[in-house]
Amino acid sequence: MTALLLRDLKLSVRAGGGALIGVLFFMTVVAVIPFGVGPDLNLLSRIGPAIVWIGALLSALLGLDRLFQTEREDGSLDLLLMQEHPLVLTVLVKCLAHWLGNGLPLVIASPLLGLFMNMDEVAIGATMLTLLVGTPALTFIGAVGAAVAVALPRGGLLVSILVLPLAIPVLIFGVSASYAAVEDPAPFMPPFLILVAITMFFAVLGPLGAALALRNAGD
Amino acid sequence: MTDSLAISKFSELANPTRFLALAARILPWMAAATVILFAIGLYLSFTTEGDYQQGATVRIMYVHVPAAWLSMMCYTVMAVSAIGTLVWRHPLADVSHKAAAPLGAAFTLIALATGSLWGRPMWGTWWVWDARLTSVFVLFLMYLGLIALNRAMDDPSRAARVSAVLILVGFVNIPIIKFSVDWWNTLHQPASVIRMGGPTIDQEFLWPLLIMAIAFTVLFFTLHTMAMRNEIWRRRVAAQRRMAARMAGREA
Amino acid sequence: MSHTFYIAMSYAVSAAVILCLIAWTWLDGRARRQELAELEASGIRRRSAQAKDDAA
Repeated sequence: MTALLLRDLKLSVRAGGGALIGVLFFMTVVAVIPFGVGPDLNLLSRIGPAIVWIGALLSALLGLDRLFQTEREDGSLDLLLMQEHPLVLTVLVKCLAHWLGNGLPLVIASPLLGLFMNMDEVAIGATMLTLLVGTPALTFIGAVGAAVAVALPRGGLLVSILVLPLAIPVLIFGVSASYAAVEDPAPFMPPFLILVAITMFFAVLGPLGAALALRNAGD
Repeated sequence: MTDSLAISKFSELANPTRFLALAARILPWMAAATVILFAIGLYLSFTTEGDYQQGATVRIMYVHVPAAWLSMMCYTVMAVSAIGTLVWRHPLADVSHKAAAPLGAAFTLIALATGSLWGRPMWGTWWVWDARLTSVFVLFLMYLGLIALNRAMDDPSRAARVSAVLILVGFVNIPIIKFSVDWWNTLHQPASVIRMGGPTIDQEFLWPLLIMAIAFTVLFFTLHTMAMRNEIWRRRVAAQRRMAARMAGREA
Repeated sequence: MSHTFYIAMSYAVSAAVILCLIAWTWLDGRARRQELAELEASGIRRRSAQAKDDAA
């Protein structure tokens, strides 16, 4: 299992892996927003956490179809299916590797983008924390979409359409927790804890669904 | 022993030919029931008095609420069929959830459109990011995604199994989405535009509403049976064409 | 002030969507039946393929 984790990590960091492209996409999306809404710093700092979250959501979706696609292409997917390890566990490890390769860079890049958005320190910290907790949920829920994409001749965009509605709760609680840290009356902890709960829940549901889809997409 | 017996019973039930015979027998009755119920329901919904608060617009409720109810029931039907597909490999279940998706999308569209038309005189805007409207909208997107997925795949049985997984994941998610949308809505509540949900429903409105709801439900099942029958026929045509091609190839 | 327009619109939209749905299902069914009849006429029988077909 550790070998699988390391192998996947290496693949994603290497040239041609999605990690760098994901971060670049994230930065580009966030950088484009001020051109759309204007360079008003007050407005930007107000919508900043939301923009950073939406950018992270989109770029997390971008790399998803690669999750099982390479295995599909070189045939190692069949090997994974035939192993005696439970497939759910394998999928979970693959998700973790994918998150370490693609999700974590987004979290690390987010403070920089927060500065661009004129957010204050507390807001940046809160956004980073919620991203750290929330992006694994995006990966897990996206794993189902990626497993479905394996069966599709041309997956890509369709997967994003299928996964986005399911990712709405993560976005809502991530953003509202980030806002709660800045705006006084709203407490930070409830939305944050709900976000944690959602991530835990998807950590179970995502690999289960993805394993089921992989088994059924095979033959 | 009992297990194999149960399975053989299921496969007997799953026999598409038997389903077609049954459908041919009950469809006229269902269609007739739909027409009668709609006639009664429409008559009642136009003869009963309007609400003194909302005026005549309360009549929109008689199509809006049943459509919204169906949009949720249809997803439940699809989820049950999806379990049938994945657990029992029930061939009719594949057909069932594939046929239900466009119907669900259509009823959800009706619910959204009438909700919007109701909102215009009541709230002053066509669209309010109200918790209920928003979650129905998300449901609509999910239906469209499932239809797109089914269309994108060539092999029908594989498409059925993969979309069954997605339907179930979505079904588990719907309560979470509903909960989070409610949360989000209370957080961003704009200065009380929503006056809905206020009037307690009394007998006057209950009858037309109930009959319209039953009429819509029967309509759904009629259409669903018809669509399932179409899908079975479509698969038969495809299978026979394949066979014909194979035979032609052998002869040549 | 009259809301007749909105009421009429909402009933019209619902009726249009439902009628489209019925028409689509109906026409689809008729087309499929016709295809089956054509295949039948061209001598491709279904009985021999029953088992294979149902499993699909």
